[in-house]
Amino acid sequence: MSKLGLDFEKVAHARRVARKIADDVQGFVNRYSTVAVERTLCRLLGIDGIDEHGVPLPNVLVDEIQKQGLLREGILFFLGNAMIETALPPSEIAGRVARGELSITRSPVQPADRIAAVLHPYVEAGLERVLARREKRERYLATIGEGAKPYLYVIVATGNIHEDVIQAQAAARQGADIIAVIRTTGQSLLDYVPYGATTEGFGGTFATQENFRIMREALDRVSEEVGRYIRLCNYCSGLCMPEIAAMGALEGLDVMLNDALYGILFRDINMQRTLIDQFMSRVINGFAGVIINTGEDNYLTTADAVEQAHTVLASDLINEQLALLAGLPEEQMGLGHAFEIDPGRENGFLFELAQAQMTREIFPRAPLKYMPPTKFMTGNIFRGHIQDALFNLVGIWTAQGIQLLGMPTEAIHTPFMSDRYLSIENARYIFTNLKNIGDEVEYKQGGIIQRRAREVLDDATALLESIEREGLFTALEKGIFADIKRPKNGGKGLDGVTEKSPRYYNPFIQRMLKVTI
Amino acid sequence: MSGGLYSTEKNDFDRTLDLKKVKPYGDTMNDGKTQLSFTLPVPAGEEAIEAAKQLMREMGFENPQVVYSKELTSGYTFFNCYGSCTRAIDFTAIRVPKVTSTRWEMHETDAFIRERIGRPIVVVGASTGTDAHTVGIDAIMNMKGFAGHYGLERYEMFEAYNLGSQVPNEEFIARAIEHRADALLVSQTVTQKDVHVKNLTELVEMLEAEGLREKIILACGGPRISHELAKELGYDAGFGMSTYADDVASFVAQELDRRINK
Repeated sequence: MSKLGLDFEKVAHARRVARKIADDVQGFVNRYSTVAVERTLCRLLGIDGIDEHGVPLPNVLVDEIQKQGLLREGILFFLGNAMIETALPPSEIAGRVARGELSITRSPVQPADRIAAVLHPYVEAGLERVLARREKRERYLATIGEGAKPYLYVIVATGNIHEDVIQAQAAARQGADIIAVIRTTGQSLLDYVPYGATTEGFGGTFATQENFRIMREALDRVSEEVGRYIRLCNYCSGLCMPEIAAMGALEGLDVMLNDALYGILFRDINMQRTLIDQFMSRVINGFAGVIINTGEDNYLTTADAVEQAHTVLASDLINEQLALLAGLPEEQMGLGHAFEIDPGRENGFLFELAQAQMTREIFPRAPLKYMPPTKFMTGNIFRGHIQDALFNLVGIWTAQGIQLLGMPTEAIHTPFMSDRYLSIENARYIFTNLKNIGDEVEYKQGGIIQRRAREVLDDATALLESIEREGLFTALEKGIFADIKRPKNGGKGLDGVTEKSPRYYNPFIQRMLKVTI
Repeated sequence: MSGGLYSTEKNDFDRTLDLKKVKPYGDTMNDGKTQLSFTLPVPAGEEAIEAAKQLMREMGFENPQVVYSKELTSGYTFFNCYGSCTRAIDFTAIRVPKVTSTRWEMHETDAFIRERIGRPIVVVGASTGTDAHTVGIDAIMNMKGFAGHYGLERYEMFEAYNLGSQVPNEEFIARAIEHRADALLVSQTVTQKDVHVKNLTELVEMLEAEGLREKIILACGGPRISHELAKELGYDAGFGMSTYADDVASFVAQELDRRINK
């Protein structure tokens, strides 16, 4: 039953249109691979570490085949051949290639079934490692439990992973449910994943497997201490999207920012590259039980939050279908939206409430990710704290899944320990004081709130229909989202895309899609 | 102990405003009242409160009061405090370098350019270096602008190219040459560890090396940028908090006029 008087037949129609858009993209994605996908396969087979120049071993291997124009065969084809010839495990082969002792492209070509057979135990071992992490999380949730929704999500961003640990544990003790470790500026454009712990980053740390391990271990300790499972979030985005998904899956990350559209629009990453990468990364995230967060909220930081609200809904619907195609269940879809209307606008709060309630009703099972005000945070920390309070009010009222807590010092600096405390206190006060307001209050029939929600749904449907007519790639070229135009063959990373040859082999997708519930 | 509404204590300070000795104002001239908050890496308790008060005295506050304290996590205590500032500054001696152009509305600037320059002014803008934030450059350049101030794209007499974020300085300069830019606008939002200063300096050095610096109007903007800092780094102007497209447009138009029609 809709509190907003939404017509669910219209919603179903919008969803069908979004499905066609997603199918069209998927038809393209299925025929291609990328350097990042191939490096991901290396990581899932247990290849890690760096060579004497600091180049990650997955890059060493994939660069080797790309240089020779053989990327389209896929890395597993060559690894399989080399493993049969040398009887060595994948990690040892990577080491030898790095030392210049072995060339994987020179091994005799073996039949597909022999390649599959020699890789099989390593594929299964990789899957087992991921499943073991997933089970560990599920065991924690079953024993010590978790905080109530909306989960309180805060960031740590000191640039030193060890300092981040102190801040994260403090935040957990104050009531945070999700700790997001902010990435150092610029990592999204690196076509490799740095190695080892970060102690000096700009406004964050690198997403590295070691940093993931350090923070997850620290959060396990504090989870046990506070008697509540604390989730860890990082950024599975940029040019290494699927590799970071694999690293996160191996180290027990719980939440990942994971949205190709965000990378296309805000990082100028080539759309073909990142949509192919996204599919592999979502297959992994789905399999690993990781909640993804999408970035639609960001559209409203550049485009007007009232005029362009429907673009957020349209994009959420597309992202939902792309995620379903990657085997990611609704319960793991932290679809993004935001509280970004100009605070000077008359009845702006009613619009925010309408949009948040609408998003809730359209995606009833998704742990929606709700972003706080950022665009109209001015440095007046006192008003900012009130803006965040109104945002929290909408969060509890409309039962959002993940509440990204706003900080009064937004737009001034990365949060102080005390900023985080004030923000958590703000959210807990409102979430407790107004806990059941959503069950108690109904909206006036045909009033401002109901009319607003219907209008956004109608506009989103019209937009989806126009995207369906021309395809997502063309629509992005025309600047449908966030007022930003991106050419299909422009942006970063296109040279890492390849069409797959008939011999191409990637057993992980099938195995992961099969096992996912 | 305290001044203010509920104090029965006699205030014996001079209540006349002296611009040569300006102090914070709470509710009485020269009361020096200041609010501040901070965290000390010590456990909560009487000692922590006393430490906060002593620190405030070190900072030059009289009658320090800790009105709220809370241990944020083991070993870190947060304080909300008030005190009376004992220091004063001479307001009459303050000199702040400012952008000297007159701020006009969009149509005034357009009319001025039409009359004095006779062609659209080409402006190339970007958030450069590793900075991924476009909010600043968008506010100045995008059609819609920000808070009711239209961006340069809306002006008839500006040809505006917004290159977006994470634009390397090399590429920025290449595009400036390609578009024959009259003015370059650099936005810097992310400023951790002063990375913005390094990046801004590098751009000036590269423009000088290319022999372009004098031929181009160069301005930067961002929450941590002031005109003074910009001048120090070799820019023609800097635009900080609460400046909008009108400020930038007026400056560029007037500066170009000054250079062309001298």
